[in-house]
Amino acid sequence: MRALRLAGQFAVIVALFAGVAALSDWPTYRQIPGNSGVVMLTFVHGADRRGECRRLTAEEIAKLPPNMRRVQDCPRVRRPIYVELDVDSRNVYQASLPPTGIAGDGPSRVYQRFVLPAGKHNVAVRMRDTARTEGFDHERQESVELSPDQMFVIDYRPESASFVFR
Amino acid sequence: MIGAIRSVLRTGFALIEQPFDRLFGPALNPVAQLGALGFFFFWIVAVSGIYLFIFFNTGIERAYQSVEYITRDHWFHAGVMRSFHRYASDLMVVMVAVHLLREFAYDRYRGVRWYSWFTGLPIIWLLYVSGITGYWLVWDRLAQYVAIVSSELLDWLPIFGEPIARNFISTGTLTSRFFSLMVFMHVAVPLFLLFIMWVHILRISRPKVNPPRALALMSLVALVAVSIWKPAISQGSVDLAKVPAEVGLDWFFLPIYPLTNIWSNGTVWALLGAFSLMIGLMPWLPPLRRAKPAEVDLAHCNGCARCVEDCPYEAIRLVGRTDNMPFPTQAQVNPSLCVSCGICVGACPSSTPFRRTRDLRTGIDLPEFSLKELREKVVEVAGGLKGSGRVLVLACEHGAAAGRIGDTVVLPCVAMAPPSLIDFILSRDLADGIVVAGCAESACYNRLGIRWTEQRFAAERDPYLRARVPRERIATVWASTLAVSRAEREIADFAARVASLPPKRLRSPLPASAASRPPKTFETEKGSA
Repeated sequence: MRALRLAGQFAVIVALFAGVAALSDWPTYRQIPGNSGVVMLTFVHGADRRGECRRLTAEEIAKLPPNMRRVQDCPRVRRPIYVELDVDSRNVYQASLPPTGIAGDGPSRVYQRFVLPAGKHNVAVRMRDTARTEGFDHERQESVELSPDQMFVIDYRPESASFVFR
Repeated sequence: MIGAIRSVLRTGFALIEQPFDRLFGPALNPVAQLGALGFFFFWIVAVSGIYLFIFFNTGIERAYQSVEYITRDHWFHAGVMRSFHRYASDLMVVMVAVHLLREFAYDRYRGVRWYSWFTGLPIIWLLYVSGITGYWLVWDRLAQYVAIVSSELLDWLPIFGEPIARNFISTGTLTSRFFSLMVFMHVAVPLFLLFIMWVHILRISRPKVNPPRALALMSLVALVAVSIWKPAISQGSVDLAKVPAEVGLDWFFLPIYPLTNIWSNGTVWALLGAFSLMIGLMPWLPPLRRAKPAEVDLAHCNGCARCVEDCPYEAIRLVGRTDNMPFPTQAQVNPSLCVSCGICVGACPSSTPFRRTRDLRTGIDLPEFSLKELREKVVEVAGGLKGSGRVLVLACEHGAAAGRIGDTVVLPCVAMAPPSLIDFILSRDLADGIVVAGCAESACYNRLGIRWTEQRFAAERDPYLRARVPRERIATVWASTLAVSRAEREIADFAARVASLPPKRLRSPLPASAASRPPKTFETEKGSA
């Protein structure tokens, strides 16, 4: 009787543990539909400063503490970056990205993903990071073949001042 | 509203616990060992984690390979340990979740118990951070999913300059240094978790941090069986050029992750914040009405420490004597920790209803339900008992017999009744038998009330029930409020048994009505027993 009871206790514990083990990786979760991929628009880039640097006068420099004397006074705040993304001639994203940081002097950043059906797509990205109000400073357009589950990344490289598709 | 939810949950737990109680017995019932099992699984995770670390390579390129080596080539020891590590972590989450629900259901989170409830909140957070960083280390497709979603969630917080998630969108952006940071976190966070687990039980007297040996052994063997039946495996190597589109999710650790696909990251944070805020504020929604805490009467306290030993809440301590009595110490109650359960009254050797004093006093007493009132209530209720099998019920207010009327005296906890009260009732012929009816054995509201009562009756714990008290005239019934019919049946059976017993031989030197007589002006005992 004691052995039977012990077996019953063990069976209950094993069943509970087995249930927990089963739920540790089942049911599976699919985050994007089958036969689709992701286009990711992401970059970190600082636009121009809002104002021009101004040369300080000799009096102004003299007024500054000796260890903080500088020739120019440059505003810290950066301009927002304006960015647009078109897929198959349809605009899917447009945003004015403010600079980061408490003083607004950090780079703007974007991290957006778009789930698209696998296949050929015409992708165009445009960005404005200067004082101009019309037109774009950087743009790239390309026809891409998106395979199922592919992560297609649109990045921007400040060192080459160009968009990178990979 | 909260009361209704609590009531539904309590019913649910009582329904679950009854069959578990029958199969395992109250001592082994896993539902009554949730906290202890949580600690047990933590240690399994810790030991298996240390073992796995011997084989684990922390380099970004080699991490996955080393885990595969553990799982495939050395499945019989390291692979089993990996399964131990994962399943024990999942089981810890289950234990924590059910423990939280059960404490809520039994209303054991308000009043002085707010501290343990509140410190449970960081345990939940740290447990999840530990688990999530662990999944990261395997560096398989699930790890890729976890890394991306976790970093996207973190990026929503305005604390990082550059989005962390950008590290996981293409090959070459991630270095082993970042991976070393994750390894460090996966070691440091559980250590901090252990510290908070210690803080969590700090205010509990005799916390159960180890499950009964038999239950621990069965759990270990069951873990081995499950690890062999379904070994924990990886889900394919990371490919940052591909989306981890379909993953086998650990639904214990990662249930909120799919929500990020439906809601914005801000909404998910709001959900987590609201959950944490709700848990944190629950002890005061609404606050528990607290009875006045126990008070020490120095004239009757000799600092024997029995109340200190028996208090389940560490609310009493011994301090230096402050009066002129010739004892080195005295009991002192911390009102902020006292729940007024009365267990200390039952533990005090001065708590003897035989005392013929004008005003029955004891070393430590409840201002709102004193020993004197208890004696008066017992005498009053006993006066109404009729027939051959007169049974008086001393009932816990949280147990099945709490709602009885007529022959029942209800106490905050049955352990408030000093053993001498049993002797008093029988020797004064106030009743032919006594039923002590408390909570369900595996769910004592005041944690130690049932244990102390049984040990006192068995003469294993001071104050003892005197040897002269006929044990066949005492019965204990441990039943929850859902087991009223069983409790009634047991009480009726006992009454029938008592009715068939020969007359009692035990007699007090005092006449039967002494307690109800107008009190005398002399005091038979000074100080404590």
